[in-house]
This record gives sequence, C-alpha cells and structure tokens, in this order.
Amino acid sequence: MPNETKTAATTTKASKIHDPMLTLQRAVAYIVLFILCFICLFFFYVLIVNATHNNFTIQQGFDPMPRGSFANNFYNTTHDANVPILTGLRNSLIVSAACAALSVYFSALTAYAIYAYDFKLRKLAFTVILLIMTMPTQVSALGFLNLMDSMKMTNTLWPLILPSIAAPTVFFFMKQYMDSSLPRDIIDAARIDGSGEFHTFNAVILPILKPAMAVQAIFGFVGAWNNYFIPALIINDAKWKTVPILVAQLRSADFLKFDMGKVYMMITIAILPVIIVYLLLSKYIVRGVALGSVKG
Amino acid sequence: MKKAISLLTATAMAATMLAGCGGGAASSSAAPAADSTSTEASSTTGTDAEAPAEEGKVLNIWCWNDEFQSRFNDYYPGVVSVADDKSTTELDNGVTVKWTINPNDNNNYQNKLDEALLKQDSAADDDKIDIFLIEADYALKYVDSDYTLDVKGDIGLTDDDLKDQYQYTKDIVTVDGVQKGTTWQATPGLFAYRRSIAKDVLGTDDPTEVQAALSDWDKFNTVAEQAAAKGYKMLSGYDDSYRTFSNNVSAGWVDGTTVKVDPNIMSWVDQTKTYTDNGYNNKTSLWSDQWAADQGPAGKVFGFFYSTWGINFTLLGNSLATPESEGGKQEVGNGIFGDYAVCQGPQPYYWGGTWICAAAGTDNIPTIKDVMYSLTCDSDIMTQITKDTQDYTNSKSAMDAIAADPTFGSDFLGGQNHIALFAEVAPTIDMSNAGPYDQGCNETFQSCFKDYFDGTVDLDTAKSNFEDQIKVKYPELTSVEWPA
Amino acid sequence: MKTKSKGMSYAKWGYIFLAPFFITFFIFQFWPLATTIYYSFFEYFRSGLKIIGPNFVGMKNYAAMIKEVPKYFGNTMIMWLMGFIPQIIVSLVLAAWFTDLRLKLRFQGFFKTVIYMPNLIMASAFAMLFFTLFSNSETGPINSILLKLGIVAEPVRWLTNVWTARGLVGLMNFLMWFGNTTIILMAAIMGVDPGLYEAAQLDGASSTTMFWRITIPLIRPLLVYTLITSLIGGLQMFDVPQVLTNGKGDPNGTTNTIIMYLNQHLYSKNYGTAGAISVLMFLLCAVLCVIIYFTLTQEDDGLTRQQRKAEKARIKAAKAAAKHH
Repeated sequence: MPNETKTAATTTKASKIHDPMLTLQRAVAYIVLFILCFICLFFFYVLIVNATHNNFTIQQGFDPMPRGSFANNFYNTTHDANVPILTGLRNSLIVSAACAALSVYFSALTAYAIYAYDFKLRKLAFTVILLIMTMPTQVSALGFLNLMDSMKMTNTLWPLILPSIAAPTVFFFMKQYMDSSLPRDIIDAARIDGSGEFHTFNAVILPILKPAMAVQAIFGFVGAWNNYFIPALIINDAKWKTVPILVAQLRSADFLKFDMGKVYMMITIAILPVIIVYLLLSKYIVRGVALGSVKG
Repeated sequence: MKKAISLLTATAMAATMLAGCGGGAASSSAAPAADSTSTEASSTTGTDAEAPAEEGKVLNIWCWNDEFQSRFNDYYPGVVSVADDKSTTELDNGVTVKWTINPNDNNNYQNKLDEALLKQDSAADDDKIDIFLIEADYALKYVDSDYTLDVKGDIGLTDDDLKDQYQYTKDIVTVDGVQKGTTWQATPGLFAYRRSIAKDVLGTDDPTEVQAALSDWDKFNTVAEQAAAKGYKMLSGYDDSYRTFSNNVSAGWVDGTTVKVDPNIMSWVDQTKTYTDNGYNNKTSLWSDQWAADQGPAGKVFGFFYSTWGINFTLLGNSLATPESEGGKQEVGNGIFGDYAVCQGPQPYYWGGTWICAAAGTDNIPTIKDVMYSLTCDSDIMTQITKDTQDYTNSKSAMDAIAADPTFGSDFLGGQNHIALFAEVAPTIDMSNAGPYDQGCNETFQSCFKDYFDGTVDLDTAKSNFEDQIKVKYPELTSVEWPA
Repeated sequence: MKTKSKGMSYAKWGYIFLAPFFITFFIFQFWPLATTIYYSFFEYFRSGLKIIGPNFVGMKNYAAMIKEVPKYFGNTMIMWLMGFIPQIIVSLVLAAWFTDLRLKLRFQGFFKTVIYMPNLIMASAFAMLFFTLFSNSETGPINSILLKLGIVAEPVRWLTNVWTARGLVGLMNFLMWFGNTTIILMAAIMGVDPGLYEAAQLDGASSTTMFWRITIPLIRPLLVYTLITSLIGGLQMFDVPQVLTNGKGDPNGTTNTIIMYLNQHLYSKNYGTAGAISVLMFLLCAVLCVIIYFTLTQEDDGLTRQQRKAEKARIKAAKAAAKHH
C-alpha cells in the first residue's frame, strides 16, 4: 500500500532520534498487551488444567499442575446419557454447517437481486432488509415458538436451520462486497454468452464472491454453534439438543452427582473445536472482521 | 444374580397377566384395564383368544435423574441389557425402555412433562409417554388429572399387592379414592452427622447420645454454638434445615389463588438468619458444588438433614475421595466412608419421594403392571434393594425385618442399622399438606431468602421479591399472605 | 446507479432471487412477530396441565409490564456499560498502538489472535466456566488463588455480592468483545488518510493531539457503528447472566436482564405477558437506535444540517464527475 511507505518515511525520522518517551510508551504497550493476553488465556488454562483433575482434587482448591484424570473425565462425560455430548456435537455440527451454507448462499442471492436488477420494489426491499437488520430475534421468540409448535417442528433441527436463509447482516456484507468488487460488465458479458440468470449467479458470480463468502461462512458457523436462546426453547428431546443447551443444563444439574471434573470436561468439549478451527484460520478471521467493519 | 432371584416369579406372573389382558374384549366400564388395550385387542381379533394383546415396542419412561433408572436396571427382573450410555434398556418381552431425563430444577421437569402430556393424544404410539415419575412436591398436580391411570382399576395391581406399602405413600397419590401412583421408597428424614466431628464436639459419636444432644431445636442450637467454637459449621447451607420446617406446617402453600406462607416457614427464616450471622453454617446452597464438597473428605460440617435417597444416592458419593468412576471403592479408607452416622434430629420430617405413574394413552399396560409390581410390591426385591443400596424401601414387613436384624449394618454409616431409625419415623409421615405448587413455592422461597441471609436485601425486600417471582412462575396465583 | 434500459426486462429475476429471503423472513420472523403482538393483548397462559385463555384483556399486560420492565432494562444497561466502557477505551488504545508506526509493536499477529479469541467462545460455556472459576467457596479456583497470594483474607462471595456479580457479567462481555472492537477500529484508523498525520506532524502536533483531533473525528462513523451494534447486542444480553445465575438473575434480581425476564415468562408459558415484554423490547430497540444514531451524527464538526446536505451534494457531484471521465 502506498500509505505505508509514506508514513514509514516520516517515522524513520522520529525513530532515528532515540526518544525515551517512545521507549516508555512501547514498554507500557507491551505490559498492557501482556496483561490482556494473560487474562484471555488464563481462564482457558484453568479450564484445561481442571479438566485433568477429578472431582475430589478440584474440591481441594486450584492446583496449577495438570493431573491424570483427563481420559477418565473424557470417558465419563462422553458416556453419560443425561448429557449426551456426542450427539450434541453432531447436532451442533449439522445446524452450524447448514446455517453457514444457507445464510451465505441465500444472502449472496438476495444481495445479487438488489445489486444486479432494477425493479419497482428494489429500494423498498433494500430499506426493509436494512431495517430488520437490527431487530433482535428474541422479540418474536414467542410467536416463533408457537408457530414451530403448530408446524410440529419443535424437537427437530429445522427451526434452527431454516431461518438462516434470511440473514440481513450477511446480506448487507455481501451487498457491500458486490458494490466494491463485482464489476457489472461481467453480468452483461455472461448474458451476451447466453447464460441464464440463475446459471450466471451460480457459475459466474459466486466464484467471485468466494472470499466474502468464506469469511461470512465462518461467522455464520460460529454464530450458530454458540446460539443458545432459541434452541433452548425449541429442543426438549435429548437426542436433538445442541451443545449450548447441554452446557447450560450443567448449571442446573440438581440431583446429578456433582462431578466437577465432568463439568470442566464438558466446557472443554464445547469450546475446543471452535478454538482449534480459529487457530488454524485466525489470519483470515481477523482479516474478515476488519473487512466487514470498514464496509459496514 | 440379583435379577435371577425373582426372575422366575416375575416370568410366571407376567405370563398369567398377559393371558388376562388377551381376553380384553370385555365392555369398557366393567374392566378398565382391558379398556386401555382394547384397540390392540380389536386389531388382533380373529387370533387365538389366549394370545397376548400386542404391546407397544417402546416403553417411554420420563424422570429427572438416574435414581429410578439405576433401580430399574439393577433390580427389574425383565432387564436383558442396558445400552452403553444408559439411554435405553432392553426387556425380555421384546420391549425397549427409552429413558427421557430432564433436570428437575426450577420446574423444568414439570414444564417439559406438561408439554409432552398435552401432546400425548396426537403423539405416535411409540412416542407416547408410558411411565412418568413424580415427586411429592407436585404429585397432586398429576394424580388429580386425567393424565394418570388408576394403578388398581387400569393397571391391575390389587389391594393385596399394595398392602405392605406405607399408608402415606398411597394417600398422597390417591384422589377420590383412586390411587394413581406407587413408589418403591418411603422417605423419612434423618440427621446424618460426621462421627469424627461429633466426637470432637460432643465427646461421643454414639447415635443415641448424639440424638439426646440434638433432640430439640434449643439443644441443636447449643451444639451449633459448640461446633462453631471448635471451628466447625453445624450445617452447610441455608436450605439444609428447610424441610424440617416446611414439613411441619399447619396448611399447604396455596389456598385458592393465594399463597399462604406458614409461620413455621418464617421460623426457618429466623433460624437460618441467626445461623448465618453467627457463622453456624457455610453459606452454601442446596445442590451447589460447594455444598457437595462440604459433604466430602474436606468438609468441616457437623451434619446434613437427609432422607433415605440422600444418604445412599447423594451423601455416599460425595464422601469418597476417589470417585467410583475412577475405580474408587465404597469402603472405609476411601475419603470419609464410614465416618457418617444418623440420628433422628430435632424434629421428624420427610423429604422427597418418587412415585411411578402410568400415563393415560400408554400401550404397555402389562409391562407397566409388571414394573410396578416388581419394583414397589415385591418384598424380596425390596429387601434386596435395601440390603444392597441402603435405600429405605416401601415394604413395611421387609423393613421391619431388617430393622430387627442384628446382623444388618451399613458400612457407610460405620456399621449402624439406620433402617431401624427410618422404621421408627416412617409410620409418622404425614403428607396431607402437600400440594401441586410446592416445588415452585419451595424453590422460589429459598432462592429469594438467600439474598436476605447473604445480607444483600432486608426482610421486606426478600418478601416482595418472593411475591413477584412466584407470580411469574405461576401466573394464576394472585396474592401472597404473610403470617402476622 | 447506471442501469441500462434493457435491465428492466430482467426485473422478474430480481423478484425471484429475493423470494427465498422474503418468504423465510415472512414465515420465521414477521408472522411470529405479528402473533407475538397479537397475544400481547390477551390473557393466555398454562396453569399446570390446563390452558387459561386466550381472553382479550386490552392493554392490561402492558400496564403490568410497563412497571416491571424498566428495572430489567436498568440491569441490562448497567451490565452492558460495565462491559462496553472498558471495551471501547481499551480497544481505542490498542488500535492506536497497533497502528502507530512509530511504536512499531512486534508480535502483532499473536496479540491480535489472542485478544480476538474469546469472541468465538460459546457464551453459555464461557459463563459456565466463570461460574465454576468464581465459585463462592474458598476452594474455588479464583478464590483459592487470591487467598494463596494473600490478596484477600477470606473468600470473595462473587455471585452473592451485587457488584461483583454484575462485574463478572461485564468482565465476560468485555473479554468477549474488546478484541473484535480493536480490530474494527484498527481497520478504521488505517483507513484515515496518512497525509493528515504528516501535515499535523509538520505543525508539531503530539501523537495525543493527533489522536484526538484527527483519528477520533475521522473514525466517528465506525465508533457509532460499534456503539449501535454493541447496544443492540447488549439489549439482547441473555446467555451469560442466564447461565451464570442459573436463570435467576441473583442477587436480588440485579443481574436479571430483559430477555431473561422474557424467558421466565416464556418458561411459565405465559404468552400474554411474554408478548407484552417482547413488544416493549421491540419498541425500545427501535427508539434507542434512532436516538443514538442522531445524537452522535449531529455534532459533526459543528456543521449544521444544511451545510452537511450541501457537502453531501458536493461530494456526489464530484463522484459523478469522476465517473464520467
């Protein structure tokens, strides 16, 4: 970027002079960053360590050294029919993957409709979508619950998946991305080649949107993975419960013998998959956040 | 092995029973049991009258923890195999038991159960609830509804089958003379104390002498003071003594649409506030991890009010240093196994109790009858349960026999025969004040007054919080009356 | 927009492509919202196994809830601010440091990766984790550490004390969002024309002055964006306090948020009251966003509305001119 070279040139001047204030500021910055990182990581450290302890050693107070109960806790946690974490993981995976795919595909389609075509209700449609973008889903939860009940969709995963077809924030991101990176000439060129509109979208437009779709897919996945409010209202049947419901259930594990080793293991299982994916993709994710914001 | 004991009798019984149901073409009012299976019966018309009616292949059981599940899996004679994750149990008659477990806390179990029962009519046969369990705190709500079947008229148990059960366990689930549920346990309450701490504080760990020192609340308070002086806590949490007060009330929680707080409940508030301010308790809450820890090897709490299930199901597990899931054994040397003993405490009370109900609409009447008979009426099985698990079971003759047996003793309780103590208290249990709102009222009351004990709010705020929250929980309740 | 006249013949495709979105929206959001509003005028709840209502009661549910909701709105806002104020301050400072080329901070990739991580954590699991870590007992992990280090003399009763309980919720919200905000603000700061800084530097401006005089005014739109999205997120606060307090909002209801209160009524199957809360919440969200948006955009460098309009028109014209070239 040209910006960087310019500023770099001006700053070399400053750095040539050994500025004690600057050194001090840098030291402060590192200390603050270190503390923040410590806080961020510390809780996870305690989590992982305690997942290697058994109930009794946890009750003794915190001991920063890991112990050998990890495998045991894992076995107990994955073999407890009351908190079926493995089916939970499966359900969460299905829901999150489906949500990510649906929201990205249909948001791109919707954005493309607004971007590429001129029709009477275009402005209105755009305004409506922007208006509902800020509407929390909770305000219609009651009606949603009733509707799913009368459609016999409670205790299925459909109510968690289908609504993601209408994802205004993803739409908005896609629309912005198209405005900046999708040349209209491509559409015209495709038309001249005799490509049908739907085919054009799938074969020509979608590949161009790949970077934006990847970023939004990750966020869509994580969002659905972590969703708790609506799933908790819709799913009662243990075989369709998603991970967050099972985790929250730990909080009210009344008569269940309180095994803290199992509790820490459950939290670990709930958190770890996302963390691993994040660490693998962190570069793209962090870039994606920045990308989304500048345009948003 | 346990299963083998009564397998023979059970199969014999099941056979006769099934045969009986097979003839279910009789008119409905005369034979309600046959009525429930008449749809199946009609579908098999033309076949041999001796052939058993076709039973649903899935027996759905709803409950809120694995207490009944483990009783069932360990003691029901018809069990063939249990799934690895315990989500299903296969029976020898080809029926698969499907367990649905929802936590009890905050009316959760009741709400989910209500929802399922309301849909019972439209549910597919294999999705219909066949058996659900209920607790004393809300038993009335279900037994006083059309969703439960008559254990005699519909299911087919006889007065003779039920004669050995404690009367109160039948009364609480009986409405207008019709008994709608049955239970395998009687739940008299006792005070379980740590022998080592009693020795330190009172100079003795003998149950009779400890009981003498704790026989009324004044004495109990004195001991609390002595224990505190030695660095112990008399009780762990705010709610520990709650049941001893709430079971000795003069009227039920709700009258019409008015919640009437009993003076005795307010005595609990006063006592607990005093205990908290004087440092006689450890400020924990029921079922919290801290409360559980207080019952374990590191605990410094004198004792816990517990009923039968609490001792074998909760206290025992909490007392071990190496949990059973890690290969720890139930034996002296593992944690504080053997360091507890029980006495009657300052006031008789009961706590909890689980009843088995058959849901209207079930297609598994024969199996349900067999389950109810085996697990709540068969005194051989009941004796075995008590001997194995120390649970106090619902068979007067069996319990009296164990109580009188000088060779019986609980290793967990240092060799004490706690059944003898339970047997004294059990006949005195009176659940006539139980009502459908008890769980919500008890939980909300405890949770609202926790803030008061903690010093977060004053008494009046705690009261008004209770008034607000109980109305959120039960929209039909309109007002709350406090004792003068 | 340069739309070609022949684009009109494709108009139907616009409708076709929009259809999935609007059909889904109608079924899963609009219709439920409409029924929610409808029920809010009825007495309609389940009493055990019996269903009471629906009986039309007019504004009765609203009359009752308008008295209750402000308290929960207050709780929600307090806990939101306890997270948001540190969040915006820390994020601004970090973003300024990260983008400050004179500071030349190293390991930026590592720092960014770590501070963003909590954003992806399942809120319910995070709250459950905090519940176990900040246990009241002396053997709870945090308490046992504080006791060992001699920072406190007796165990802190985190979830019993009003301000520590709220503080924990605020802390969790802060941890979950400050990394995200930092990255957004960094992007905004990097978008500022470096020429402005150069000029200021030549005039001898300190970096603090530049930060306040150049950076802040220029990234204001993104600050507003952050504020609005965070506020809307804050109003929906549920998972963290719900799991942390087991749905009770203890102590003394001070961590009970609007959505938790709504959930308590949904839980009791009280559709009338829950409907009224939903509608109030809906109105609140709409109003708040509008108010904040306008108050924050009005003080734009002292320009009047008229002037800003003129400015906008000028930019538009310039853009159009540029396009023609």
